[in-house]
Parts: sequence; structure tokens; C-alpha cells
Amino acid sequence: MYAFSYHSPKTVRQAATLLGKNPDAKVLAGGQTLLPTMKQRLASPSALVDLGKAEGLSGIEVKGRNVVIGAMTRHADVATSAVVGEAIPALAALAGGIGDPAVRNRGTIGGSIANNDPAADYPSAVLALNATIITNKRKIPADQFFQGMFSTALEEGEVIVKVSFPIPSKAAYEKFPNPASRYAMVGVFVAKKGSETRVAVTGAGSDGVFRSAELEAALKARFNPKSLDGVKVKASGLNSDIHASSEYRAHLIPVIAKRAVAKATAK
Amino acid sequence: MASVTMIVNGKEVTANVDPRTLLAQFLREHLHLTGTHVGCDTSQCGACVVHVDGRSIKSCTTLAVACEGASVTTIEGIGTPEHLHPMQAAFRENHGLQCGFCTPGMIMSAIDIVNRKGHQLDEHTIREELEGNICRCTGYHNIVKAVAAGAQAMAAK
Ligand code: FES
Ligand code: FES
Repeated sequence: MYAFSYHSPKTVRQAATLLGKNPDAKVLAGGQTLLPTMKQRLASPSALVDLGKAEGLSGIEVKGRNVVIGAMTRHADVATSAVVGEAIPALAALAGGIGDPAVRNRGTIGGSIANNDPAADYPSAVLALNATIITNKRKIPADQFFQGMFSTALEEGEVIVKVSFPIPSKAAYEKFPNPASRYAMVGVFVAKKGSETRVAVTGAGSDGVFRSAELEAALKARFNPKSLDGVKVKASGLNSDIHASSEYRAHLIPVIAKRAVAKATAK
Repeated sequence: MASVTMIVNGKEVTANVDPRTLLAQFLREHLHLTGTHVGCDTSQCGACVVHVDGRSIKSCTTLAVACEGASVTTIEGIGTPEHLHPMQAAFRENHGLQCGFCTPGMIMSAIDIVNRKGHQLDEHTIREELEGNICRCTGYHNIVKAVAAGAQAMAAK
């Protein structure tokens, strides 16, 4: 790791000021991606602004028909939250499947979303549930937030404060993890709210998380696993790497989507 | 340099550290608590697991300065050679270790599992929950047995 100066602001406002003063500073949330990246010297920020002590950034509450989760809320807390388990069980299950228990005790929802790793789980939930990302400056709809892998709508000095998830009528997440790394080779989050059905795919797109028009169209008439019979997804725009070819991922997407819909419609 | 104060195994410690010091490094090199091991340094193996404010974390992937004000428990803080923690005793009884390199992390993770999931742990739960701990020599069979036995022993304590 290269040297950096360390800052531990007590408020988001202080954090924003620090970020403004240090143009190549990075925000440290749970650090479960940033620290490994810095250890490999793939990132060398001159300053780290740690949000760990900034107040008002963690916690879970229901506000109207939304579940609102503070940016510094740890994966383990979302996974075991009675509120999330009741309102959006698919989101609790997703959080409980990230990394391993020790990683879930550090990693945060805000960090995962801001990083927008193409194989991360959370971005698919944010996109499929049509969440709103609330920053220290504005509210950003999920459809505008993710802008290609490792890239988001966040501007310099902008910090995620919380994420607001509309409560769906049905939702589920399924992933096909790489057997070694356990990262999603394909992960599909399906959500139905009123007459709208949204399907977000992570792990597969060469540009990061995306909504699948083919699958959404197939599920629009009837939100049922059978609706996905014979539905094909194009391999263009999907990742080919040592783990799987784009054709293989294209095949996996409807298979995993079908499992997700089956899970969402069970019980 | 940055100053950091935390409680380690019940004792308050204050030190001046380079901000890039990892918690694992801080424990081993500054406090000479070498029971916490670094196996991979890339968050995979779990040899470095310690408890911070009662929750298991990977100390190779946490900055020491981020633990300001926290209470840290390492393998040295749970038992002594004369009075092993029930989970340590269970690993010994069940032959849950060979070289012992992974054991401190296994035991800290195991205690965390019991704290979260209770004392009656089935094999499936234990295997799932040990996802972040890798053992390169014992094989997991006896480790799983040890965790189940240790969990029950902790109830009796
Ligand atoms: S040394 Fe920390 S997980 Fe391996
Ligand atoms: S006992 Fe040797 S690595 Fe586990």
C-alpha cells in the first residue's frame, strides 16, 4: 500500500469538505474492496476519508412504502434486519450472500453501490427495485446511477447518504457463483411492483449491471417462471473471461432468472 | 503518523502508527500479539480473523486507525494455556488442527458463529458459516466436528 493521509470526519459535511480539498482522495466505507485494491497498488489515493465515524450514516427504517438504508449499514445488519426481512426479504437474502461472515461485518451498502463492481450483488437490487440513491447533494434514480463498470453518476465530493428501496410486491435474487471466488458469474434480481416488472443482471455485462429488456418483456404479461421458457438473451455485450464465455453467460441469464422468478412466486 | 487508541483484550493501548498499518500488522508487530496470523493478505483465508466490538472481521483488510475507540479481541484474549476457551479445548479434543496456522482464525470465527447462531449447530450451517476460513492441512471434517462440540461446550460454561 502506498502512503496516504487519513481523515475521520464526524459529519458528512466535513467529509465533503475534505474531499473537496483533496482531489484524489477516496472515501473509505467498509474497505472490503478499497483496501485490497490499495494493497495491490491498483489504487493509490493521497488521502482516505473514512466515513466510519460520520454520524447519521447507518440504520434501517421504513418510510412510507420504502425501506431506507443508511450508506454505512453493514451487509450483516441488512441480512439480519427484521425490518428488511419483513418488507423485502429478497434484499436481506442478497446481503446475507455477499462474501463471507467477516466481510459482511465490514462491507457496506453505500460502498458496494458507489464502487459498482461488475460482479457485485447490490447494484442488481438497486436497479431492479428501482431504488433512489440519496447523496449529500441530490437524489439519483437507479436508472441514472450506474454508468458502466466501476463508474457511477456520483460527482467529485458527492457522498451517498442513504438508499431508498420501494417495497415490491414480489422479488427475489439468484446467483450462479464462481466456484472458487464465489463472485456472481451471473446474478439476477427480479422485482414486481404493481404492473411493473424489472429484471437486473449483474456479473455478466461487460459494462456492469444492466436491465434485461428481453426478460422484462417476457415477464410483463405474466410474472411466472414459465413465461421465461424459450426466452433467449443475446451474447453481445456480455463478458468473456477465464471463468465463462459470453455465450455461456447468455445461456445462464434466463436459467438463473427463471429460478429467481420461481423463488419470488413461491409461498 | 496518526494516533490510535483502542482496547485490545481488555487493555487500553495507544500508539502512533502510519495510517496504512493494517489491524493485523498492528496486533502482530506493534503489540507482539502474534496469535493472529496472516495467511493470504487478500481477505480469503480467515487466519487473521479477530473480533472488533464483538463481531468477526478480517484484520488484514481493516486499518488499525479505523478501530479508534473499538474493543478488539484476539485469540490471546479468549483463554490461557492453562484454561483454554471451550472452543479451543474442542479443537484439541477433536483433532481440529494439524499445523495450527488457520486455527486462531477458525476459533475466532467459530465463537462468532455461536454468538450469532446459538449452541446447536448442524454440519451444514457450520460449513456455510466457515466460508471465509481456509485450512490447508487438516481437512474440514474435524474442524466442523470441533465447532459443533465447542458450541455445545460454550453453553455449559
Ligand atoms: S490473512 Fe486475512 S483473510 Fe487471509
Ligand atoms: S491446521 Fe494447518 S492450515 Fe489448518
